[in-house]
Amino acid sequence: MSTAAAATVPAGTRKGRPRAGGQVSTLPLVGPAVVLLLIFSLVPLAATLYFSVIRYNLVNPLIHGFAGLSNYRFLFADPALLYSLFVSVLLVLEVLAITVIFGAILASLFEARFPGRGIARVLMISPFFVMPTVSALIWKNLLMHPVNGFIAWITRGLGLGVIDFFTDLPLTSVVIIVAWQWLPFAFLILLTALQSLDEETREAASIDGAGPVRTFLFIEVPHMGRAISVVVMMETIFLLGIFAEIYVTTSGGPGIATTNLTFLIYQRALLAFNVGGASAAGVIAIILANILAAFLVRAIGKRLEI
Amino acid sequence: MSARTRVQPVAGTLAWLASLLMFFPIFWMFLTSFKTEVEAIATPPELVFWPTFENYRDIFQRADYVAFAINSVIVSFGSTVIAILLAVPAAFAMAFYPTERTRGTLLWMLSTKMLPPVGVLVPIYLFARDVDLLDTRTALVIMYTLMNLPIVVWMLFTFFKETPKAIIEASRIDGANVGQTIFLVLLPLVMPGIASTALLNIILSWNEAFWSLNLTAHNAAPLTAFIASFSAPEGLFWAKLSAASTLAIAPILVFGWISQRQLVRGLTFGAVK
Amino acid sequence: MRLRHLLSGVAMLAASAGAAPAATITVATVNNSDMIIMQRLSTKWEQATGNKINWVVLEENVLRQRVTTDIATKGGQFDVITIGSYETPIWGKQKWLMPLDDFAASYDYNDIFKNVRDALSTDGKLYAVPFYAESSFTFYRKDLFDAAGLKMPDHPTYDQVAQFADKLTDKSKEQYGICLRGKPGWGENMAFIDPLVNTFGGRWFDMKWNPQLDTPEWHKALTYYVDIMHRDGPPGATGNGHNENRALFATGHCAMWIDATSAAGYIYNKSNSQVYDKTAFTAAPVEVTPHGAGWFWAWALAVPSTSKQAKAAKEFLAWSTSKDYVKLVGETDGWTVAPPGTRASTYDNPAYIKAAPFAETVKNAILAADITQPTKDPVPYKGIQYVAIPEFQAMGTQVGQLVSAALAGQMSVDAALKQAQAAVKSTMEQAGYIQ
Repeated sequence: MSTAAAATVPAGTRKGRPRAGGQVSTLPLVGPAVVLLLIFSLVPLAATLYFSVIRYNLVNPLIHGFAGLSNYRFLFADPALLYSLFVSVLLVLEVLAITVIFGAILASLFEARFPGRGIARVLMISPFFVMPTVSALIWKNLLMHPVNGFIAWITRGLGLGVIDFFTDLPLTSVVIIVAWQWLPFAFLILLTALQSLDEETREAASIDGAGPVRTFLFIEVPHMGRAISVVVMMETIFLLGIFAEIYVTTSGGPGIATTNLTFLIYQRALLAFNVGGASAAGVIAIILANILAAFLVRAIGKRLEI
Repeated sequence: MSARTRVQPVAGTLAWLASLLMFFPIFWMFLTSFKTEVEAIATPPELVFWPTFENYRDIFQRADYVAFAINSVIVSFGSTVIAILLAVPAAFAMAFYPTERTRGTLLWMLSTKMLPPVGVLVPIYLFARDVDLLDTRTALVIMYTLMNLPIVVWMLFTFFKETPKAIIEASRIDGANVGQTIFLVLLPLVMPGIASTALLNIILSWNEAFWSLNLTAHNAAPLTAFIASFSAPEGLFWAKLSAASTLAIAPILVFGWISQRQLVRGLTFGAVK
Repeated sequence: MRLRHLLSGVAMLAASAGAAPAATITVATVNNSDMIIMQRLSTKWEQATGNKINWVVLEENVLRQRVTTDIATKGGQFDVITIGSYETPIWGKQKWLMPLDDFAASYDYNDIFKNVRDALSTDGKLYAVPFYAESSFTFYRKDLFDAAGLKMPDHPTYDQVAQFADKLTDKSKEQYGICLRGKPGWGENMAFIDPLVNTFGGRWFDMKWNPQLDTPEWHKALTYYVDIMHRDGPPGATGNGHNENRALFATGHCAMWIDATSAAGYIYNKSNSQVYDKTAFTAAPVEVTPHGAGWFWAWALAVPSTSKQAKAAKEFLAWSTSKDYVKLVGETDGWTVAPPGTRASTYDNPAYIKAAPFAETVKNAILAADITQPTKDPVPYKGIQYVAIPEFQAMGTQVGQLVSAALAGQMSVDAALKQAQAAVKSTMEQAGYIQ
């Protein structure tokens, strides 16, 4: 943690300080962004903390008063809470695995020269521009539907029968949809990273008789290491908040098979406009986010030399 | 011939296959938008059909697409510009004059991204009501700016860190002040980085569907609200939805296609050594 | 400088001259086909009155959340809102809506079915005017019944339905005996399950608000549902809501479908439906009691008490829910799509009866749906497929998830109901109904 900071500070001093003692006051530069973010995160945080200990239901003004910890008590008594945390994490991990692995392979493929590479690349990244609601609707109704869907038509044609995606493989189906949206993102970043791999390294490898698979595994993948960290970090932030895809396709079901924390909060709290309960769940989510952030930072921040 | 200049048929074929597979859902949606509702859900799927423009006609009759699209453009571009203006000085200071708090500040900024928005809907709605910002583009611009600021600061920070420190110091010694250093020396160097940061930010704002639905009514409603008016809970709607979706993603898709070279060049996140 | 003053003066004059009679109102509505027709036809109202309407048209769930947030925080974004019979009495009690008892005599309140009016009233005051109303009943394929030598009775029982479904299922032809909702949600699978439980003799709460979900009645009803869906239902049932089933039925995949009466016009419409000439209708099936066997729902229009354009808003309501409006739709868009279920005069109109052969069955279903007596045993709440308390949306959806888990075979009916009972009990304790 401190090594990165320590490494940069002397670097500044070693090369000779600018005049006026080199004291650039960073406060006016960092200030606006930080103050805004402070307001934006602390004010709602304070409001959330406050609401989480009162009885506050938007649609039932008869319910009011100090609740103590009862909002939390009801939340922790909910058997779905633990499972939803598990779903949240599983969803993030599975999508990360798919997007990073396929993103790396595809980036490597797109480093090759072939006709129409520009067009292929454009097609490749298009899913990233599609709104989550829209992509969920397309996948659910036009592609994965067991009666009317395109995939069912293919598998029936091949004599494989029909896959009942959202009943038998609910979480996998959601993962497929989300991964489809985020694969282009991973692909783009990894491709950018790969473009900076110098020719000599590649040529040296090919002279040594390394085939494409070996080049990929031992030259390209290590080179993409830092970029992969970036992908993991960025995607984690967004994937923890996945909601639209679940809402449109399975509504968290069957059972609670696809209920992640975001969806649980929506369902238990927002649907009932139970602001107190929602806030308690929000506090839990914030604590979790920070634990996760700390963890991510330890694992990834170091590699990025922040 | 080096590996990079030789045409590689195997890799090329695989890459093309993957691209077509990835693009297929969008293509299928596009195709469906020219079918009638009955054709759209027919099994086996109708591969040959007379294209109809009925869905598009219906949509234009029912909703003012242009007004929604303009709101989307203003909100996503507006918030991006402001976020970048706020983030450049912050990222500059953090990259070139790091203190012991820099790391903490950056990470804290990122962790604010993980706040679930449903928890704060009510306080923010009440606030927007009191300052008379409900159903205004201003409210959405503010929300998106703040929402994406952490990512923007962080991305710019990583680009700035790549820039050789010596250049900045030289310009400072030559008597340039901080503003001149940023705008005349640093920015031209990191333009690709800024451009791709902006692009990513625009895409994220364009697709945001929680605040855009909850803080707007008629005047400021962007394309996500347009979509929400076509995913009907009753009746067959795949064809019409496909047409509406095609319209909703067309601008950003075209924009993304045009700027993808920029995206590919700039998304290094300081991850390239 | 002076020019600008002059210009602004002129502009103000123009504005004040134009603003006197005309108003701009913001109308929030769902995107069901009946409301889309209203949106199109209301240009006539705009022309006649000089008023202007800003439309906010959203999908049902999004709209509900949007409107609830606004009205509960007194945001004042809308002058007219579209709400259901579930919200109306709750919001009316909070005084969030304006009473709508003062329309002109020509509006003819007594022409509106009494149970529809009652559903939209609280403490004797009407808080929303009905745009259309629906119950649930049974759609079935006459051609398949005839071919199999079966005859659908006027008042089928669930046992009979199960027998029919078994005979009419042919999975090799993708023909399923019955299509029922399975997608979790208080307005999705629970809208079917609640009436099913009612007619099997069950209820949500006893008179002291104690949850009754682990009772034998719930158990029997749910077992019936899971069994029949496994034997005769389509694949992917846990993802099928009203809309998915409508598509399945319209494309000829279902022999029977128990769902909203308001879908009849659609199924009967040649341009959407492949079974428009093969479909017949009968009452919702019954088991031990007819009480609450078919649901009741009304989409209604209301004016939030925060509206600054209440006068124009009420005028719009009086127009869009009038007898004349029903006639206007019949004449411009065809009588099959005229807003059903609200007015006696609609069902006295020979043109409607002729165009909509389902009219009589629908009317009977709606008149039979009594939200004040939804179950065999007495209950402290109103509502057939919902319980008219604010907490119900979340509870209903949670129970809906457990029902879908049972349907998917993830858990037994027994386990699902035990969990449901615990969850509902916890919510009711939290809300202070029970200690």
